[in-house]
Amino acid sequence: MNESRGSERELGRAASLMMAALDGELTGNERPEWETLLRQDSALRAEWERMSQLKEVTDTMELNSPPDEVWDEYQTGVFQRLERGIGWILLSTGATVLLTWGAWEWVQALMADNELPGFVRWAILALVAGLVVLLVSVARERLFVHKREPYKDVVR
Amino acid sequence: MSASPTGERALMVRAQAGDRGAFGALVDMHMRSAYRVALGLVGSHEDALDLSQEAFARAFRARATLDPERPFFAWLYQVIRRLCLNHIRDSRNRRRIVESEGPWVVERMHGRVGDSPSAAAERSELRDRIEAAVGRLTDREREVFVLREFEQLSYREIAELAVIPIGTVMSRLYAARKRLAAELEVVR
Repeated sequence: MNESRGSERELGRAASLMMAALDGELTGNERPEWETLLRQDSALRAEWERMSQLKEVTDTMELNSPPDEVWDEYQTGVFQRLERGIGWILLSTGATVLLTWGAWEWVQALMADNELPGFVRWAILALVAGLVVLLVSVARERLFVHKREPYKDVVR
Repeated sequence: MSASPTGERALMVRAQAGDRGAFGALVDMHMRSAYRVALGLVGSHEDALDLSQEAFARAFRARATLDPERPFFAWLYQVIRRLCLNHIRDSRNRRRIVESEGPWVVERMHGRVGDSPSAAAERSELRDRIEAAVGRLTDREREVFVLREFEQLSYREIAELAVIPIGTVMSRLYAARKRLAAELEVVR
């Protein structure tokens, strides 16, 4: 499809008709239009020839299927994923509650210790506050910002 | 991947209400198509199985958003597509795809009776080259090419699944075939 064929629009039209002709999707009105284009343009005929031969090759191919045993286990695999998903949610919820409670108890015990210098208590408070801010920030990004990311579905 | 029949609609309504048996029947109906479209996108058996199963699992979790008036596969395809494209974009997976474990495209008739060994070897080499060249297409081109060539979908069906106009289906298909023809030098 060279430049001599005409404008970019005509080139696009010829390409679309060529694809439709290859795939048996030409409509009644498009067929004579395509045949006329093909008759008039030698470069188009050469490209049609190349595309037809490629199509002949790809028509003899198919996607490789896995053995039948895979399909017997497929549905089980889907439900196992669902169960594991529930398991992970329960596990992480329980772990978060226990870790938070443990950390709280530990901080309380440290703060109640009168032998600790004041700056150490402040450092512990800063540490805990920093952790909380970081956790909230990451959680917020995951749950809130990602949902509203306008470019997340853009295919490069 | 045909249009939603009454049976499928009934299954979707039951699955939406949390009926695992109905959802299992939907999995059985569409697992092969789900696997094949994933294979076409990621080019690896293991990953295609993993991603298509994950897509079903996510679909079940998101069943509240299911529209029983639309074909189930059209909805599922959006989940598969997003999972596969995210998977491909991960550079570690891209490396694995390049070092793929085996052929994902085979001859439709698995060898023809009466073919000479040299003709069979030539076809096998051609298949390998096509497989590699398809792997080098852009994600968008490969998606449309695979749906057309290997899933035998019409332009309208491809447009519905990929949520693009029919004209875009044709232009991506043209771009894909042009690149394949050039890369493979099938015809000189």
